[in-house]
Amino acid sequence: MAAKIPNRQVICETLLELAKKDRDIMVLASDSRGSAAMAPFAQALPEQFVEVGIAEQNIVGIAAGLAHSGKKPFVASPACFLSMRSIEQIKVDVAYSATNVKLIGISGGVSYGALGMTHHSLQDIAVARAIPGLAVILPADQHETKRMTEALVKHEGGVYVRIGRNPVEDVYESDDCEFVIGKAVTMREGTDITIIAAGETVRVALDAEAELQEAGVSCRVINMHTIKPLDVDAIIRAAKETGHIITVEEHSIHGGLGAAVAEVVVQHHPVPMRIIGIPDEPAIAGKTSEVFEYYGISAGNIRKIALDILGDKDGSR
Amino acid sequence: MEITALKAKAAQIRIDLLRMIHGAKTGHTGGSLSNTDILTALYYRVMKIDPKRPQWEDRDRFIASKGHSVESLWCILADLGFFPKEELKTYSQFGTRLIGHPNNKVPGVEMNTGALGHGLSISVGMALAAKRDGKAYRVFCLMGDGEQAEGSIWEAAMAGSHYKLDNLIGIIDRNRLQISGSTEDVMSLEPLAEKWAAFGWHVVSIDGNDIEALVKAFEAVPEVPGQPTLVMANTVKGKGVSFAENVAHWHHHVPNDEQLAQALAELSAAIEKGKLEGQVR
Repeated sequence: MAAKIPNRQVICETLLELAKKDRDIMVLASDSRGSAAMAPFAQALPEQFVEVGIAEQNIVGIAAGLAHSGKKPFVASPACFLSMRSIEQIKVDVAYSATNVKLIGISGGVSYGALGMTHHSLQDIAVARAIPGLAVILPADQHETKRMTEALVKHEGGVYVRIGRNPVEDVYESDDCEFVIGKAVTMREGTDITIIAAGETVRVALDAEAELQEAGVSCRVINMHTIKPLDVDAIIRAAKETGHIITVEEHSIHGGLGAAVAEVVVQHHPVPMRIIGIPDEPAIAGKTSEVFEYYGISAGNIRKIALDILGDKDGSR
Repeated sequence: MEITALKAKAAQIRIDLLRMIHGAKTGHTGGSLSNTDILTALYYRVMKIDPKRPQWEDRDRFIASKGHSVESLWCILADLGFFPKEELKTYSQFGTRLIGHPNNKVPGVEMNTGALGHGLSISVGMALAAKRDGKAYRVFCLMGDGEQAEGSIWEAAMAGSHYKLDNLIGIIDRNRLQISGSTEDVMSLEPLAEKWAAFGWHVVSIDGNDIEALVKAFEAVPEVPGQPTLVMANTVKGKGVSFAENVAHWHHHVPNDEQLAQALAELSAAIEKGKLEGQVR
C-alpha cells in the first residue's frame, strides 16, 4: 500500500505528467496554488498556469474563456468559495455556454474543520447537481483520484470535483482501479443492506461493513464517486437485491448524495432508507474525524442504524 | 465598408431592430439603439470575421457582456448571413434560438451572456489564450454603464492589465441611463474613465454614436503595447429615434404602431440624408 498522500497532491502530480504532453491543459489558481498543492505545476509549466488572485468569479469566467479558445482549464480553488461565490459563473459560463472547464473544489466538506462555516463546503453538491449538464464527482482515495484526473482530461464538458484537504486512508489497494464517470463501483457485495457513500465517507462505509459482517449482516458497499450523472441502475439494483439503503456523506442532509439516491429509490423501487450526513446547522468545529464522529458519520453509528433498519435493534443478530 | 455606408447601415439596423421588437412586443429598445453604431463599426469594418466560417480559429471575438441589448446583434448577424434573415421573425417566440440574450446556439455568438458582470472575465480568458498561443486575434467586450456596478467587472479589469492583454478591448456603452434612471443617481460611476485608467487600462473617450470616431479608436488598438484598451463610448440611449433618446423608460419599452411609423420615418430620412452627403463628397 502506498503512503498516505492528499488527493490534491495526486491531482497536481497527475496533471503535471499529462500537461507535459498536452499543452492545452492549464491550471488556474485563486491564490490557492499552495492549498491546492499546485505549486509544482506552476513552477514546472508556467505557460500553462494562470494565477488569478483572490477572485473566484473571475477565475471561472477566465477559465470559460480559455476553454472556449481550445484550452483544457482546471480551476483549483477552495470548494467553499468556488461553489458559492462563483456559482453564477459556473451556471452560465461553464454549464450554459457548455465550456470544457474542470472545477476542482479543494479542502471540501469539513476539511477546514476549525475555521468555521465560512470555510466549510457542505452545500456544494446540492447546488452543483442542480445545474444542467454539470457533472459532480467525489473521488474516494489517492488511487481513484489519479484515475479520475486522467478521465477528466479526456472528458469534454463541465465537471465539479470535490476533494478534501488531508491525506485519506486508501480504499483501493492500487491505482489499478477502474474509474468511469457515471459508473458506481461496488466495493463489497452483499444481500441484506446497501451502504452508498462518496468521497471520504467510502472509507467509513467499508469500516461499517466490516462491523456488520461480524454481526452477521451481508452488507453491500457502493462507491458513488459520480453523484451526477448518477448511476441509477446501481441504486435500483441495490434496492431490489438488498431491500434497505443507507447513504453516508460529508454534506448537508439536504440535497446531496442521500437526496439524489432517495429521488431514485422513491420513484423506482421504494425501500426503507436512511440518510447520514451533516444536519441543517453550522457544523461544529473540529478535525474531520471528530466532526464525523459527532454527527454519526462513523462505522459504529452506521452499524447501529443498519441494525435498526433491519429490525434488529439489540444487535444480537 | 466606408464611413458613409456604415452610417446608412447603422440606420438600417435600427429600422430592422425596431420592426423586430415591435413585432415581438418585447425587447431592450433603448440599449440596442445606443449600441448600434458600436456594433456596426465592429461587424462591418473593424473585426476580422467570416460569416461562412463562424468558428474560424483566427477570427476576432465579440462578447456582449451587456447581453440584454441583443436586438441590434441579431439584426447584424442576420444581415451578414450568419443565419437567414427570415429567422428574425422568431425573435422571442416559443422555442426560438433568437432569445432575449446572446445564445451560442446561433452561429456568430461566442458565449451565452445576459447575467451582468461576466463578459469581461470571459474576454480576459480568450485574450490570454491568444497570447499564450501566439495568435493575433483580438477580443472586443461590450459592457453597459449600469453594469459597471458589478464587482466582477473590476476583478477582470485587474487581470486584463496584470496579464498585459493589449489584444483586449473593453467598450462601455456609456449612455448614462439604466432601468431605474440616471447611472449617477442609482450608483455613482464617475470618474469612470479615471477608474479604468487606475486599473491599468489605456482609456479612449469618444462619441459612441459617431461611427468615424469609433472606427478610428478601434483601428488604433493597441495604442499602448502591453495595455488593454477601454473605449468609453459616450452614447445616447434610444439614439436615432427622437422620442426615445435619453429616456430611461425606453430601456425595454416597446414602440406602438404610431411610434414605430414615426421612428422608421426619422431613420429613413437619415439614410436619405446620408446618401445625399455621400454624393456631395
